[in-house]
Amino acid sequence: MAEPAEEKEKKGLDIGLEKGVSKLTPEKIEQTINDVLDKECGPRFKTYVETCIHCGLCSEACHYYLSHDNDPRFSPVGKVKQTIWEMLRKKGKVNGEFIKRAAEITHTECNLCKRCAMYCPFGIDIAYLMTVVRRIIHKLGCTPQYIQDTAHSHSVHYNQMWVKGDEWPDTLQWQEEEAQAEIPTLRIPLEKEGAEIMYSVIAPEPKFQAQLIYQAAVIMDQAGVDWTMPATVGWDNSDMAMFTGDSELMGRLKRAHFETAARLKVKRIVMGECGHAFRSVYDMGNRWLGWQMPPIPIVHAIEFYAEILRAGKIKVAKKFSRPVTLHDPCNVVRGGGLHEDARYVTRQLCETLVEMHPNREHNYCCCAGGGVINCGPPYKMKRIEGNRVKAEQLFAAKARGAEVLITPCHNCHSGLHDIVHHYGVGLEIKFFGDILYEVMEKPEG
Amino acid sequence: MHSVYSFVTGPMVWVAFGVFVAGCLFRLVVLLSQVSRKEPFIFSYMNLKWSLRSIGHWIVPFATVNWRRHPVLTVVTFVFHICLFLVPIFLLSHIVLVDEAWSISWAALPDGLADALTLTVIACCLFFLVRRIRSPEVKFVTYPSDYVILAIVAAPFVTGFLAYHQWFGYPVMFILHVIAGEIMLIAIPFTRLSHMLFAVFTRAYMGSEFGGVRKAKDW
Repeated sequence: MAEPAEEKEKKGLDIGLEKGVSKLTPEKIEQTINDVLDKECGPRFKTYVETCIHCGLCSEACHYYLSHDNDPRFSPVGKVKQTIWEMLRKKGKVNGEFIKRAAEITHTECNLCKRCAMYCPFGIDIAYLMTVVRRIIHKLGCTPQYIQDTAHSHSVHYNQMWVKGDEWPDTLQWQEEEAQAEIPTLRIPLEKEGAEIMYSVIAPEPKFQAQLIYQAAVIMDQAGVDWTMPATVGWDNSDMAMFTGDSELMGRLKRAHFETAARLKVKRIVMGECGHAFRSVYDMGNRWLGWQMPPIPIVHAIEFYAEILRAGKIKVAKKFSRPVTLHDPCNVVRGGGLHEDARYVTRQLCETLVEMHPNREHNYCCCAGGGVINCGPPYKMKRIEGNRVKAEQLFAAKARGAEVLITPCHNCHSGLHDIVHHYGVGLEIKFFGDILYEVMEKPEG
Repeated sequence: MHSVYSFVTGPMVWVAFGVFVAGCLFRLVVLLSQVSRKEPFIFSYMNLKWSLRSIGHWIVPFATVNWRRHPVLTVVTFVFHICLFLVPIFLLSHIVLVDEAWSISWAALPDGLADALTLTVIACCLFFLVRRIRSPEVKFVTYPSDYVILAIVAAPFVTGFLAYHQWFGYPVMFILHVIAGEIMLIAIPFTRLSHMLFAVFTRAYMGSEFGGVRKAKDW
């Protein structure tokens, strides 16, 4: 049966969303919305909604808005109008179709990158308002299937990728053996109580990017760092529950992470090049658990590389010769102010840095973060088409000589990979760790 | 006519100012008590230095990226808000009223200048109106209430201008002017005009978050 040749949005079926919505009743929708808005939300939410004067000045902050030729449906306040304002106006009496659309808007048309917070004259946190809607979607059981599956993995295994208990130390042992072929004395110290640093990663690293653990082990080894990794749960610092609005699960995950570090009596947690995990341990998860700042200091890889380079613990044998451009990930730059450290590391490792514009706090999002890429294949094209401005920004950097794109964040890495391929930008994408491993002095290197 | 006049310039003035002051205090007290009851963590992040850093950037024209992106709107916004306070407070006729009642007076704007600034406010309101209708991103998020609050703000200036020039019958226009001013005062605490009260808090909180936790600029 051929469908009528109607131009529809290019996306596949999302079972989680479709089935979830089909089970809703008007009473459940109304009660859930009002429970969240009246009971869970407080004066912050109320003040944000009542202070907004509908001026539209946040619009140009959003890459979706810019990439869709200034379509007002994609402006930050436009998304608030289509979700929160309608829920409030109708006092929660909205239908399933509305919930479906609200789930699509907040999960696949907003990366929670908070760039709009820097464009609103009143400093209204629109990303927070989007997370409130995601919370409602979660409580209604209508979260997009792929990201919900990831949250299920978190719930079962305390990691994002269904990595089972024995697979984790097994992977570390495998990478240790691989690395010992290069540096025979190298160890990946498991469960070393009292080490200075616990190194934590996101589950995609053991799952399909094990070479990143190899590289990190070589860097740690050569820098002479007193480090360890846990053999138990708590090794994974990722957190999709934070993005689905499952705050209870987020709290459970972060507690496991911090308690593992406490059990190992480490002084600091160093984490790999991941943005959303940084947001989870430095911004949201720790606060959910009641810690104003992380109970054990969190050091992102960018900061850690800057630290060991400054201290001369790693020597650069020969700087990376191809010109690089640097993507500032929202969670570690707008969320952690690591932009100048990132530039320091770049200059230490590379001969030429070609800045993209805008940059630092004002950089455009990768359009993968905030759980958007985790909503999976049904929304892939939407995500790529929603970030045409990123391709334009990258083309401009390339025109000024950039050949390699450094993105110190996993989500950005994957998202920009799609952007670069779809638009034919032709930049090679690397982590800092890739370049650091390549250019550092190593035995017989 | 005379009884209407007596009412709007007598008891109604007291009511309007009373509602304005009490309403503003009420909204602020409710906000702060709710924060301390439901979201006390906000206080623990609030920081004077970072708040002032953020507010400082946003109350200076062209000191933020977004102000620079919209030069015309920025000029109109700042001129509008400055005149909105300047004209009514330093208008000679208003000062004379206070002087007659309580023998308190202060320097006044020359009438010609006040007249020009009044026209400026009206022009700014027209700009906001046209922007609401013409800019798709503003039109999309515009509700009837947005036109109403714009009218509430414009009305005292339009009627004041007409009354000063004694067009369309002075007594009626004068009464309308007084009523318009009273409506605006009453509306401030209970409509989105309350951004007059709350903007400083939302800005301060975002400034504190960016300064203290995020270690980044928010402008």
